[in-house]
Amino acid sequence: MATITSVIPRPTSYAGIWGWMTTVDHKRIAVLYGVTAFIFMLIAGIEAGVIRMQLASADNDLIAPGAYNQMFTMHATTMVFMVIMPLSVSFFNFVIPLAIGARDVAFPRLNALSFWIFLFGGILMHVSFVVGQVPDAGWFSYANLSEKPFSADRGLDYWAISLLVMGTSSVAGGLNFVVTIINLRAPGMSLMRMPVFVWMTLITSLLLILAFPVITVGLIELVMDRNFGTHFFVPSGGGDPVLWQHLFWVFGHPEVYILILPPMGVVSEVLPTFSRKPLFGYPFVIFSGIVIGIMGWAVWSHHMFTVGLGPVANSVFTITTMLIAVPTGVKIFNWIGTLWKGSIEFTTAMMFALGFVALFIVGGLSGVSHAVSPSDFQQQDTYYIVAHIHYVLFGGSIFGIFAGTYYWWPKITGKMLNETLGRLHFWLLFIGMNLTFFPMHFLGMNGMPRRIYTYSAEFGWEYMNQLASLGYVVLFIAFLVFIHNVFYSRNSRRVSHDPWDAPGVEWSIASPPPPYNFAEVPQILGRDHYWIVKENAEAAGTPITEPEPLVDPNSIHMPSPSYWPIFTAVGVALIGGGLLSHYALSFVGGAIAMLGAIAWSNEPTTAPSDHH
Amino acid sequence: MAHAVEHEYTTTGLNHRKMLMWVFLGSDCLFFGSLIATYMVYRGQSLVGPYPIDIIDIPLTTVSTFVLLMSSFAMVQALSATQADNKRGIVNWLLFTAFLGAIFIGFQIYEFNAFKNEGLTLGGNLFGATFFTLTGFHGAHVTLGIIWLVAMAILGAKGRLGPDTALDVELLGLYWHFVDIVWIVIFTLLYLIGGFDAGPSVMPGG
Repeated sequence: MATITSVIPRPTSYAGIWGWMTTVDHKRIAVLYGVTAFIFMLIAGIEAGVIRMQLASADNDLIAPGAYNQMFTMHATTMVFMVIMPLSVSFFNFVIPLAIGARDVAFPRLNALSFWIFLFGGILMHVSFVVGQVPDAGWFSYANLSEKPFSADRGLDYWAISLLVMGTSSVAGGLNFVVTIINLRAPGMSLMRMPVFVWMTLITSLLLILAFPVITVGLIELVMDRNFGTHFFVPSGGGDPVLWQHLFWVFGHPEVYILILPPMGVVSEVLPTFSRKPLFGYPFVIFSGIVIGIMGWAVWSHHMFTVGLGPVANSVFTITTMLIAVPTGVKIFNWIGTLWKGSIEFTTAMMFALGFVALFIVGGLSGVSHAVSPSDFQQQDTYYIVAHIHYVLFGGSIFGIFAGTYYWWPKITGKMLNETLGRLHFWLLFIGMNLTFFPMHFLGMNGMPRRIYTYSAEFGWEYMNQLASLGYVVLFIAFLVFIHNVFYSRNSRRVSHDPWDAPGVEWSIASPPPPYNFAEVPQILGRDHYWIVKENAEAAGTPITEPEPLVDPNSIHMPSPSYWPIFTAVGVALIGGGLLSHYALSFVGGAIAMLGAIAWSNEPTTAPSDHH
Repeated sequence: MAHAVEHEYTTTGLNHRKMLMWVFLGSDCLFFGSLIATYMVYRGQSLVGPYPIDIIDIPLTTVSTFVLLMSSFAMVQALSATQADNKRGIVNWLLFTAFLGAIFIGFQIYEFNAFKNEGLTLGGNLFGATFFTLTGFHGAHVTLGIIWLVAMAILGAKGRLGPDTALDVELLGLYWHFVDIVWIVIFTLLYLIGGFDAGPSVMPGG
């Protein structure tokens, strides 16, 4: 097998498109994740636009009911699995090694494999548009709706198999970050000195690797029902559709925390930096994160209050759901405590972080209101729920992600995003978000169900729907402003390595960081390490103005680029593609993945020629 | 498998790859856990036969279970030979482990075939669906383990395994023992306990 690796010479250059395809550098993989997920976000945003156009007037017939089902299914699936998750993973990739004082993740090639599998899985999902058989059973694809008799074309197969493919990517990524965070911390970086974002990444990664196997089994059983004649969720064969709901939500509720914990971590970095004081009650934030991570497994049936599980189950899950609001509330009070008497600096990143706190409180409160199962019976399947999830996922996750984008942009690129455009972006997004989603609370209370493609004027829902559609226009402009800002800021001047006077280790090195990150592995002095370093330097009369000096990159052994991650990922994607077309293709894919794995294990992490 | 990672600095002192394997096995627990949960939920819920009591052959599977358990013993011997740098022992024990695993798979193929002939299919009833899915995925894990064992035996024959690379064998061992333990759970639940289940009128719904 050594012959395989010698036939194709190992890539050595970081230049050009091959450099990107074979890269194992966590910082470049972060960019790949970020750009890919942003493109998926634009696609999902257009789908949302179609939905809002259709609902903008009563008895509208802009699109057919079937197409409407496809739009909301793909909008939600894309936003959850191909936008918010990978955007968080993009930050994991860029920030985690830098924030713990490491030169890369524990498994750089596995990291590249995760990205390529994610990309190919996302493309596979969107091939469904090309073949015109688009998933249309909602993002949680309840049986029986997802079963063959009710969804005869292959749309649901595309949905299930693409999610299976992307699931392997998520698990591999989760494994990588657990090992990285536990095992690659710089000396002195004890667990209780880790930045909150690192902690939230650790908890999220553990949730990923424990939750995804559950949905994997559910998806496998769904695929078998649809293709191999089993009756896992088909009542006519004795199966129980409620089992799908259990499997989905045992995964789905931890998934909710997978979506929100990383942005909570981002906000916990941004608020202290721009309040010029350490995070208030650090251990409480950490332990409430851990409690959320554990209790997130004990609340799933609150998604199923109206299924008829009985008063005992509903009471138990009402209580656990109300309990999990406690650690979340603890975090909010800690953020407010951080702001208290701080010298607050209203940068764009800070404004997004404050927006996160404000909007997440609204979403959290509506969440508690349907934690109470009798109350939930009124809200289930209405626009009230749609309002809730957008307040926590848009107002929460997306605002947190933008806070992180503005905060770490100078570290990633060495240039600042324009602050004036940034403020405009923030206000447009904040106003647009509230204009779109706040009326949905009232729509839900007035009885408008989710997922209806149109409504009659006599229900009186038209005005609120028009407000929501108007809000979409504002959101659309906000995204244009952001995209403009990204291009506009390419020409801005270079900024110093530490433009925010931030506390994290990552701010001690040059921007953008050199491939090896740290010429010398830092000795961590405490929580908010770089603040301590700067304070000490100031006390000694030699304030720090320069980043850590650069060294000759050849003097540091870094993992070499490799073809095998993308090669193996092609094999994994073909296994999925074969299940959707010809099984023979799956065997070809399996052979490619196997060959890639063998060549991979024969290839040393660092090429011998890179030694010296 | 020329890895220069053994002396690498890690925060905990544990090797990266060893930690990765342990965490992965934790993930795999949830995978098998969900498959087993599906089986348990649908125990006694099959609308039509064949039911477990009609076809489950406990003595036959006891033999294959014993073979699989013994393969774990052989795996331990392979690791111990690697640590002792016993080049012939490494190859022989790895191949013997793979051989025992292959016998187990042989039993499974025979059993699947026999069940099929007695009318148990994926689509026939819930017992068939849950049984074939759960034991099938376990069999796939064993098969992957056999491929890994043979690949390592080839490396061993080339003289590339020894005390310096004992971790490579140890990781394989962790995986192999895990798959073995999962089988003990499956054997207990599907055969020793569930093997006597009859139709829905006898078993109260679970």
